[in-house]
Amino acid sequence: MSLIETKNLSKFYYVGDNIVRALENISISIAAEEFVAIMGPSGSGKSTFMNLIGCLDQQTEGDYLLDGKSIGKLNKDELAEIRNQKIGFVFQGFNLLPRTSALENVELPLLYNHIMGKEKKQRALQALKKLGLEGREDHHPNQLSGGQQQRVAIARALVNNAPVILADEPTGNLDTKTSTEIMELFVQLNKDFQSTIILVTHEQEIANFSKRIIRFLDGHIVSDQQVST
Amino acid sequence: MININSTFKIALRALWVNKMRSFLTMLGIIIGVGAVITMLAVGTGASEKISQQIASIGSNLIIVFPGSITQGGVRMGAGSQSTLTIDDAEAIEKECSAVSAVAPVLNTAAQVVYGNQNWATAIFGTTPGILRVKDHELTAGRNFIDQDIRNSTKVAILGQTVVENLFGGMDPIGQIIRIKKVPFTVIGILGPKGQSLMGQDQDDIIYIPVTTAQKKIAGRFVPGMVRSIMVKGRSAEDMPLAEKQVTDLLRQRHRTGLNKEDDFTVRNLTQMMQVAEQAANIMTILLGAIASISLLIGGIGIMNIMLVSVTERTREIGIRMAIGAKTWDIRIQFIIEALTLSLIGGILGIALGITGSSVLSVFTGWTTIVSALSIVLAFGFSGLVGIFFGFYPAYKASRLNPIDALHYE
Repeated sequence: MSLIETKNLSKFYYVGDNIVRALENISISIAAEEFVAIMGPSGSGKSTFMNLIGCLDQQTEGDYLLDGKSIGKLNKDELAEIRNQKIGFVFQGFNLLPRTSALENVELPLLYNHIMGKEKKQRALQALKKLGLEGREDHHPNQLSGGQQQRVAIARALVNNAPVILADEPTGNLDTKTSTEIMELFVQLNKDFQSTIILVTHEQEIANFSKRIIRFLDGHIVSDQQVST
Repeated sequence: MININSTFKIALRALWVNKMRSFLTMLGIIIGVGAVITMLAVGTGASEKISQQIASIGSNLIIVFPGSITQGGVRMGAGSQSTLTIDDAEAIEKECSAVSAVAPVLNTAAQVVYGNQNWATAIFGTTPGILRVKDHELTAGRNFIDQDIRNSTKVAILGQTVVENLFGGMDPIGQIIRIKKVPFTVIGILGPKGQSLMGQDQDDIIYIPVTTAQKKIAGRFVPGMVRSIMVKGRSAEDMPLAEKQVTDLLRQRHRTGLNKEDDFTVRNLTQMMQVAEQAANIMTILLGAIASISLLIGGIGIMNIMLVSVTERTREIGIRMAIGAKTWDIRIQFIIEALTLSLIGGILGIALGITGSSVLSVFTGWTTIVSALSIVLAFGFSGLVGIFFGFYPAYKASRLNPIDALHYE
């Protein structure tokens, strides 16, 4: 069974009297443990697609099944719960809370999942350890390098054992060397921990780390191919 | 909903980041709570003082004065006519059921001499009932007995001020003092009462038997007549009844015709004091209400700064939402932040109010009383202000769209 399945998924925006068809009739299926890169120029609809897949937004038409559950009719709080438990976000700008330690940043999804006390701390420490950030748990984001910050963000995405990691231009703010490190980390997570990774990028080199590349243009999928290794 | 404890921690941290701003915002609440507590302390102090005075003049007190006389169309003041007698007083005591004690009073001022000391004071010719009427206790010696009244014995009960001025540290009981050159034996000393509402020293007084006063001290006063009759009602509820009974009885005894005016005046002293007390209570409420307005303005300050904070932290809100914060998780976070501001402000305001009340009391000499209730009230109110004015910013935060919030710069 597919982890992510869309059926004729469409998203329209209404600007005055005009309809902007950001996404039209997208039918796609992503299985568990896949590593998929979504590519396309700006305005191609890939961000809209990400928002829908990430349950940050809801479609205008069609259907989206995440882990077999239809997302389209859920309310705001139900969506928040799905995001908390099914999706780990990694953003371009890291999006860590400022003036908050690495540990507390990683604990955040657990806090909203009502996991308290010792268990919360232990799971967060474990996630940090997995990302090679042992000893950095008390550092605030401004005391960490970009690569370290992004790894804290990845730890935060992993801590709730979400089946899907959604990474939106995760290397956009990093230099080439650090970008490679982070991408290798994703490859390893996909291989060793069977995380399903969906990566949005406009850089071919970054997309090449994945196993499957889906290209968007003008709200449609123009290609969907496996990467030969 | 998320853990309240960690939410408080988050709130404290967020407030600590903008120390100066948080303090200035709190200042509104600090001044508001301080003002409420100080104003209530002034009001409570005033009404407490009046209650004490009510207790000191004697509770449930009615004073009957003689009426005025009219001479050739000119009406003289109350008491210009001698219409009240000792017999009237006795009749009131016997026949009025709502009355618990009665004392006729024939008062005058006189020079009192003991040894080489002398002192001008008020002399009250009265009966044993005076102690009960005025709720006056004896600290030493004895009260008059009926025999003293019947035989016009020359005995006296002295107030504290008189004792101090005539005897210094000596024990006055059994000593002989001279009032208008008539020797009196001191048989008792009154407990202290302090000043009356009008600033009169209630301890500067000597009680002697009313009959002795008529014969030896008051001079050419119509025999049997008194200047006033003090009446104590059985209870506060019985006061109107006591007033009516006294009036009816005296009209009957004085054979006043149906349409004729009373030849006496009945004054309910307690009622007058209670009116004063009510006025003080209204003043307390008024002062408190005015002070609450500043607390309310403090609340608006909180709302203002919370709205700024929500805008500044739009991105943080977006991150929290993406990670799984629900509507009420976000709301609670901001409400608790506002609540933390107002409660810390409240605690500091209580300290300010207590200090302010004592400083005010020192500089103005007013009695100020900081009651526990006013502290609880002010603190509770500041909490409510925090929740009330924190709600709208929190509501606004929770309504943000996570996608827009995440991309807010």
